[in-house]
Amino acid sequence: MSKILVIAEHLDGKLNPSTARAVSAAIAVKPEAIDVLVLGDSVDAIAADAAMIEGVSRVLTVARAENAHPLAAVLAPQIAKAADGYSHVFAPSTTFGKDVAPRVAALLGVAQVSDVMSVEASHTFKRPIYAGNAIITVEANADHAVVATIRTASWPAANSGSNSAPIEALTLDVTLPTHTRFIELKQGSSDRPDLQSAGKVVSGGRGVGSKENFEIIYKFADKIGAAVGASRAAVDAGYVPNEMQVGQTGKIIAPALYMAIGISGAIQHLTGIKDAGTIVAINKDGEAPIFEIADIGLVGDLFKIIPELEQTLG
Amino acid sequence: MKILVGYKRVVDYNVRIQVKSDGSGVVTDGVKLSANPFDDIALEEALRLREKGVAEEVIVVGIGPADLTAHLRNGLAMGANRAIHVVTTDAVQPLTAARVFLKLIEKEQPGLFIVGKQAIDDDANQTGQMLAALWDRPQATFAGKIDVSIESGATGKVTVTREVDAGLEVIEAELPAVITTDLRLNEPRFIKLPDIMKAKSKPIDSIEFASLGVEAHDHLKTTHYAAPAKRSKGVMVKDAAELVAVLKQKGLL
Ligand SMILES: Cc1cc2nc3c(=O)[nH]c(=O)nc-3n(C[C@@H](O)[C@H](O)[C@H](O)COP(=O)(O)OP(=O)(O)OC[C@H]3O[C@@H](n4cnc5c(N)ncnc54)[C@H](O)[C@@H]3O)c2cc1C
Ligand SMILES: Cc1cc2nc3c(=O)[nH]c(=O)nc-3n(C[C@H](O)[C@H](O)[C@H](O)COP(=O)(O)OP(=O)(O)OC[C@H]3O[C@@H](n4cnc5c(N)ncnc54)[C@H](O)[C@@H]3O)c2cc1C
Repeated sequence: MSKILVIAEHLDGKLNPSTARAVSAAIAVKPEAIDVLVLGDSVDAIAADAAMIEGVSRVLTVARAENAHPLAAVLAPQIAKAADGYSHVFAPSTTFGKDVAPRVAALLGVAQVSDVMSVEASHTFKRPIYAGNAIITVEANADHAVVATIRTASWPAANSGSNSAPIEALTLDVTLPTHTRFIELKQGSSDRPDLQSAGKVVSGGRGVGSKENFEIIYKFADKIGAAVGASRAAVDAGYVPNEMQVGQTGKIIAPALYMAIGISGAIQHLTGIKDAGTIVAINKDGEAPIFEIADIGLVGDLFKIIPELEQTLG
Repeated sequence: MKILVGYKRVVDYNVRIQVKSDGSGVVTDGVKLSANPFDDIALEEALRLREKGVAEEVIVVGIGPADLTAHLRNGLAMGANRAIHVVTTDAVQPLTAARVFLKLIEKEQPGLFIVGKQAIDDDANQTGQMLAALWDRPQATFAGKIDVSIESGATGKVTVTREVDAGLEVIEAELPAVITTDLRLNEPRFIKLPDIMKAKSKPIDSIEFASLGVEAHDHLKTTHYAAPAKRSKGVMVKDAAELVAVLKQKGLL
């Protein structure tokens, strides 16, 4: 039987919703137990959140000052130690999970399955390659642990609220390296919905033209209560910060509504939105590739259309 | 110090990948191959560090079949001092690639090993992190900015700004270390014709994979390839009012 250890992602004392998505993937394996591992300096509030997620059997915590920031070199040896006895170790496929999971896999001497989209059997998974242009079925060796990252856009967050899993503190006897130090995290402060979990996302591309013009995207997004994203071209041109990039090398998202404004629809961008419910494209070029995948297309100048949209909405 | 750079050859990012109809793989016959874009960025960064006097030697490393030499020549033309070609006709998975790189580290003793954050064919995003684990050294993944300060030889530290989901994270690591590159780290230079001529005389060291004593058994078996689910063709609307009406009808606004 399978026993799964899910690595919790958290920031500023709050559990990241990606953790509950990884739990969904764990449930799909139909294991005997799903334990969530919380590594931090102060872990109580995070552990309490994790304990409420349906399907979680136990929450294991490791509270150490060294765990204040998610440094892979510091976390990986602890996770590898805690993984003893588990058949699977899952982490969300966010920059946190992508950073730490391969380090854990290498310490365990096993391969990693990246970006799990579906679970076919306990050791068989589907994952995308070539920017999502091919989907492969991979089989991991059942003789040792499977380390995997979970493609969050493919999994709904497991429900939360009705569960109250026991919380247990772990003491792990591992020496931690001191060769890597956290200096700072520069976060874009925003009151808007979080790009990775928002139900609606409005994204702007190079067509928006400048940092100043991007205000029109923000304003419209605020009007409909959407998060704001961007193409790589818009980030590279300095219109918006890097954490807003959507695509193969940015965030992979699955909102119910995605509006691509002044974005041409390059393959690398589309990779990030394949699982969106409804894709709307607004572009002045009727031949833009974005129209090939959009559910609703509108050809025209964004600087004319957006004010009209706002007006219609009242 | 020396810098080793992972330099992988992949299907060019402009190629529209086709899955073979029998599900046995993707069509790679006759398609254009190029350096993994993240590896060009890794090499560019290494060259800039050499130009700043931080490094003396930049070595590109590739694992692949005999014809990989032409690709490694591109790395030499871009400016690497020499290349190491680990020869194998088998596809190597990230853990195996990391074990191979560790063998090369034992021989070359670099201060930095820079690889791409992901190769755009398998999109695994693992090799650098695995290498850092096996080497028991720091890792700085998804680097958008790198500052190296050298004390002597291969000792010193590197300050890296990382592109993470929450924004930009700055970490400091002691050398030697592994760095994986993100897209905004730099813009790789173009190769000029005279450089291609010069590259012809630069050394490529060939090492048989089997001679390294690396366990080659691969833990992951790919059993099937499929094309992704297609989105069905959508509708065009004529103006803003119609767009709002359709979205309201779908309950999205
Ligand atoms: C035609 C073809 C068929 C393939 N078939 C299969 C298959 O059936 N099953 C399978 O599992 N894999 C297959 N692979 C690819 C597989 O061997 C990948 O190379 C391996 O899984 C590494 O994944 P990645 O490159 O995405 O690693 P990542 O971790 O994404 O790579 C990160 C970085 O590591 C470095 N790096 C990684 N590998 C190399 C290398 N070989 N040389 C130099 N630097 C490197 C690069 O700097 C790269 O940017 C195939 C590849 C090709 C080209
Ligand atoms: C390895 C690699 C990884 C990449 N990863 C990503 C990624 O993660 N995410 C990503 O987005 N890209 C990524 N890219 C880049 C990608 O290939 C494209 O270059 C990029 O997505 C283009 O952005 P864009 O659509 O905003 O710009 P463009 O392609 O320049 O398109 C701008 C569009 O705006 C339209 N337009 C202009 N003015 C107006 C107007 N007034 N009104 C309406 N429409 C207007 C134009 O018709 C055009 O279609 C990657 C590339 C590589 C090589």
